[in-house]
Amino acid sequence: MTDHALVHDDHEHGPDPRFFWRWLTTTNHKDLGALYLWLSLLMFLVGGMMALVIRAELFQPGMQLVRPEFFNQMTTMHALVMIFGGVMPAFVGLSNWLLPVMLGAPDMALPRINNWGFWILPFAFTLLISTLFMPGGAPAGGWTMYPPLVLQTGPAFPFLIFAVHLLGISSIMGGINVIATILNLRAPGMSLMKMPLFAWSWLITAFLIIAVMPVLAGAVTMLLTDKYFGTSFFNAAGGGDPVLFQHVFWFFGHPEVYILILPAFGIVSHIIPTFSRKPLFGHASMVYAMAAIAFLSFIVWAHHMFTVGLPLAGMLFFMFATMIIAVPTGVKVFNWTATMWRGSLSFETPMLFALGFVFMFTIGGFSGLMLAMAPVDFQYHDTYFVVAHFHYVLVPGAVYSIMAAVYFWLPKWTGHMYDERLGKLHFWLSTIGVNLTFFPMHFSGLAGMPRRIPDYALQFTTFNQISTVGAFMFGFSQLLFVYIVIKCVRGGQKATAQVWEGAEGLEWTLPSPPPYHSFTVPPVVH
Amino acid sequence: MIGKRMRGIWESTILAATLAGVGIGSAHAELRYNMPEGVSEISRNVHSLHMAMFWVCVAIGALVFGAMFYSIVRFRKSTGAQPAHFHENTAVELIWTAIPFAILVVMTIPAAGLLIKMDDTSQADLTIKITGYQWKWHYDYLDQDVSFFSALAQDSNAARQLGAQIDLKSVDHYLLNVDHPVVVPIGQKVRFLITSNDVIHAWWVPDLAVKKDAVPGYINEFWTRIDVPGIYRGQCAELCGRDHGFMPIVVEAKTPEDYAVWLEAQRAGKGTQTAMMNEPALAAAR
Repeated sequence: MTDHALVHDDHEHGPDPRFFWRWLTTTNHKDLGALYLWLSLLMFLVGGMMALVIRAELFQPGMQLVRPEFFNQMTTMHALVMIFGGVMPAFVGLSNWLLPVMLGAPDMALPRINNWGFWILPFAFTLLISTLFMPGGAPAGGWTMYPPLVLQTGPAFPFLIFAVHLLGISSIMGGINVIATILNLRAPGMSLMKMPLFAWSWLITAFLIIAVMPVLAGAVTMLLTDKYFGTSFFNAAGGGDPVLFQHVFWFFGHPEVYILILPAFGIVSHIIPTFSRKPLFGHASMVYAMAAIAFLSFIVWAHHMFTVGLPLAGMLFFMFATMIIAVPTGVKVFNWTATMWRGSLSFETPMLFALGFVFMFTIGGFSGLMLAMAPVDFQYHDTYFVVAHFHYVLVPGAVYSIMAAVYFWLPKWTGHMYDERLGKLHFWLSTIGVNLTFFPMHFSGLAGMPRRIPDYALQFTTFNQISTVGAFMFGFSQLLFVYIVIKCVRGGQKATAQVWEGAEGLEWTLPSPPPYHSFTVPPVVH
Repeated sequence: MIGKRMRGIWESTILAATLAGVGIGSAHAELRYNMPEGVSEISRNVHSLHMAMFWVCVAIGALVFGAMFYSIVRFRKSTGAQPAHFHENTAVELIWTAIPFAILVVMTIPAAGLLIKMDDTSQADLTIKITGYQWKWHYDYLDQDVSFFSALAQDSNAARQLGAQIDLKSVDHYLLNVDHPVVVPIGQKVRFLITSNDVIHAWWVPDLAVKKDAVPGYINEFWTRIDVPGIYRGQCAELCGRDHGFMPIVVEAKTPEDYAVWLEAQRAGKGTQTAMMNEPALAAAR
């Protein structure tokens, strides 16, 4: 293998000089990683604007700005854009950029698949977002697409289904590429248990993706044939079953939430040891915990459906199974805490975001534990308490981990240090904003406010006003993030190869920025 | 007693901290920020389980966040902390796997018991069939010859239109009032059967701690036994299209005597509104 790589030293060329051609045809993992990350930043801002429309309408009771049907389009599109456009491509982008340099490989294992996987996405999102301009508007039945409601969607319906298919295909190709890369391109001496945790988290995530994305594709295809081809999979009048869709959807949907959080676990497991100047506590138990979480994620789906009329035995099983997930998740949080214990801590921006992740993800974990208890979930289900829960695990959870990763590896990617002062400002503005937005939602939900409503009774006013103020603060703080990233890409203090005093791993042995083809000669890991 | 007062102090502290954060005062006297204890034995059990789980989370959070804050304050590089090099400890790892597991097992016991109680709809004194429509509810008192639709009250409906210039405070229970409440007797086990005529809805009244989906083609059931006469309000809890936010639920609980009088008046009065003739299943076929 070493000889083979040496023979192919004609790969030492740079990118194609023609701008458009370079980015369209590139098979380079760094170029594609950058494309994925820029696309996800764009989608994060688009989805964020939709969230601000929602929050603006909810600033006070009464309908002031939008019609209820448009409000429902915003909630639906916000979720689809953020999940499939904001978070997933960001993690795929990070895997592209980081896996070869962490594993000691020249590139991803399947570079052409990689190109295709990315370039499907702009078309998918064009289709999806174009539905906003169609007669009848965008899909408004919620991102969960429950029939029969979703079948009332107008001309936007087939575009929704096709966009979801494309997004699924792209994710599957990304997942296959990650598995092929990790299993085949590790440097000599890097056994699986020596592998960095980000790679581990992505290996497990990739298996989840290829297991459940086809299930989602199947579910939405059945919706399509129910609407246009006279089938009755989910139509009670034709002998079908509307609840079947929910079972199939959440069989995809619950592993999906771990697809959105496992890579975050990996990222944080790199950043906390670096800035604690101490090795990660419990490397092996971190791997086992992620594997356990991934396994359990397949047998808890019906906890999203406690009110749908499940048999008692079903509710008991899904309640117990869901609560068990708290054990491996708890182990991870304890391990991060133990890593900091008796370390030598410093608080650069990536560490701030990683710590924010651990704190606020844990808050989301607590509300998750409460939601797991079926008899009490009847009160929480489909209220703002649930909205608070999943935004705590997704925004200061998944999104914070992505931002932590960007700050952590940006000097490696660009060769420049970002502006530390602005980075910290971005962290504190975001953290105040995100908590103002989502913490009051616990209260409004418990007090009785259902989710997905465009208008509310007067007693919910105070908490909604706080949420709206926080949402605008969080939203506009992200423009600072865009400025910091662009400023860093364009220049700044030169970064060393090591970048961070406590950084460990193969990527820090490469110069900053690394050569176009990362490791043309595999390093030997001892 | 002390526990209850402490709880009150805690909740007010958290709330005050949240409110002080942006300086928006409470404009409404009836600001609620926790799950209601409700008016049935079940709803009180649900509330206690909710609070128990909340305090378990607070206790675990105090330990974990305490350890993290301690590390952040105590082990700073800027104050000369030297890093240790330990990176595993099998005993500790086993302990913090086993203890959370034990806590969860303990918590699931009352939860399972309560769930079994909530699931038992047998021996009901009275059965009411609920049908969800886009966007109103239909109530049918089985074998009583009483049935009617219940939709958002007119004044709320006028005030909620885009650009309506109506002072919402002048509207009686804005968005939580209906033209025709469902009336039930207190002290009796009322069983509800629920289905839908079109899309999925969910019938939710927080004070009763009941929430159940209305699914076309299915008949789900649930029950309540209300202790206190009064008016209890709720909303549709499953996205059901354009006016999902505008199909509230109002339950009026009367003494059995008043209930009997009401039932008689319904029979004698304007007659019963019958549900639209199309079968639930047929509508779903559209």
